[in-house]
Amino acid sequence: MNRRRSSIIDPLLTVLTWVGTLVMFTPIAWMILTSFKTEEDAVSYPPKLFFSPTLDHYRRIFENDFASFATVSILVTVISTAIVIVLAVPAAFALTVRPVPKWRDVLFFFISTKMMPIAAGIVPIYLVARAFDLLNTSTVLVIVYTSMNLPLAIWMIRSFMVEIPRDVFDAVAVDGAGRIREMVQIIVPLIKPGLASTALLCAIFAWNEFFLAVNLTTTVSTLPVFLQKFLSFGKLYTAQVAAVATLINIPVVIAGWLAQKSLTRGLTFGAVK
Amino acid sequence: MRMKIMTSISLPDRSRATRPSGRLAKGWWDRLPLLPALVFVILVTQLPFVITLYYSLQRWNLVSTNAPRFVWFRNFVNAATDATFLKAVVNTGVMTFSIVVASVLVGGLLAAGLNREFRGRTIARTLAITPFFIMPVAAALFWKTGIFDPTFGILGWITDEIGIGRINWISQYPKLTIIIITTWQWSAFALLILLAGMQSFPTEVAEAAEVDGASRLYVFRRLMLPHLRPFIELTGLLVAMYVLENFAAIAILTNGGPAYSTTNLSYYVYLEAFSAFDLGRASAFGMISLAIAMALTIPMLRVVSGIFKEGGRA
Repeated sequence: MNRRRSSIIDPLLTVLTWVGTLVMFTPIAWMILTSFKTEEDAVSYPPKLFFSPTLDHYRRIFENDFASFATVSILVTVISTAIVIVLAVPAAFALTVRPVPKWRDVLFFFISTKMMPIAAGIVPIYLVARAFDLLNTSTVLVIVYTSMNLPLAIWMIRSFMVEIPRDVFDAVAVDGAGRIREMVQIIVPLIKPGLASTALLCAIFAWNEFFLAVNLTTTVSTLPVFLQKFLSFGKLYTAQVAAVATLINIPVVIAGWLAQKSLTRGLTFGAVK
Repeated sequence: MRMKIMTSISLPDRSRATRPSGRLAKGWWDRLPLLPALVFVILVTQLPFVITLYYSLQRWNLVSTNAPRFVWFRNFVNAATDATFLKAVVNTGVMTFSIVVASVLVGGLLAAGLNREFRGRTIARTLAITPFFIMPVAAALFWKTGIFDPTFGILGWITDEIGIGRINWISQYPKLTIIIITTWQWSAFALLILLAGMQSFPTEVAEAAEVDGASRLYVFRRLMLPHLRPFIELTGLLVAMYVLENFAAIAILTNGGPAYSTTNLSYYVYLEAFSAFDLGRASAFGMISLAIAMALTIPMLRVVSGIFKEGGRA
């Protein structure tokens, strides 16, 4: 009896799950679809599901200063992520493999910095950046994004290091390897996939960040600031907006899909695996 | 467990025998790998708070000709009587709370649906989590032009078709639009964590209960929900932590309006600092939002710190 009832419920639940999933994805699908429409088709009533697609908007993206913003975005994302990894690996090492005294307090200090709204620090950050002539440069974004992502990276990398079997370290002891060699030649290769997911996650956060970018930079800035400028263009640009939005989301969505396996761990500071 | 093993590892260190010894030097040598990251984070994210505290005690407006002047707690006292500021506090509370609850609910339902065997499950999961990766500015911009827009948006067409008529979402229900779009992104995040939680649920327990004649609903309520509790708390904490600072959606969709109805604390600090150029007030508001954020998240962190200490449950 139990089985018969569930044989009706199960397909129903599957259908409901698909409906929910599609509702979640519809805005994205609609965005992609709109990006291939002409502006007239994009605002037609009723909305058109079938139309003759055009690549015009993708061609037009590069007409204005998109390329320079994209370059800054790529530079800032890549450099800040690289620095994050270079700083986070030794830090995680000192908190896991060879733990310093009070390592637990240090870890909780790192996580607590993520709970503090950055808005509370924006005025001094702005003024210091101005004093050092760093406003409207990629350097200032690299600095703030590095510190923004460091706590997350340290927690995430630490969670991968904790999983290294103990025997490895015993072997190292026998081998008598120095600390730096131990870190670079033994630990890093073991957690390479973890480092890759950590880097991808940090890259996503840097790529998407808006608050700091819009307050510290204007013309030499990242893509979110570029996108914001579309606001002043008015409604006739729905399809153009969709094309730009689609294009700049391709890298992060791919990064997210690639990092899927370790994503949960990263987003929860290593708490959930 | 494993962490204890880690802490107790101590290796004979031959490389250090030749180094100038002494306990102090050794201590710093151990701490050295940690220092760059620690110093960096303190300098860039913690020091500004201290400076903000100092600024918040001053009357300092960039557009006025008066030099900055020390006024003690005047800015804080003024904040208490500033109707807009109080509105921003309430807005932050209402929006954060609604987004957290809605994200956990939507994400939890989706996770429950995806935590079953069916064809195309991996694809469904991948599609359902995608909204989380979308750049918030891009999401807000497209929702504004392509979805919420009363004449050209798809939502306007849908509501027209079902006979509610064309709703101008952004001007009629500004808070709700912010809540909807932010929930859309963060429920994908909640889905990820809650699904991981559900997958770590021991299936033998559920099977045993079903053999004993327990209904599915019973298994879910009495076994799954208690198991999920720490995951739900963690999700709540993390969503609250990020959504307290919700900025992109507000800046793009509503600019904090109409009549400050969608201005949250972060956005108000931004307005005071970069539109009104009142750095003293902006700093005081920043300090208050810092205090509120800590008051909310630190107790929650304590609740979930068990999960962190165990270093993963799954």
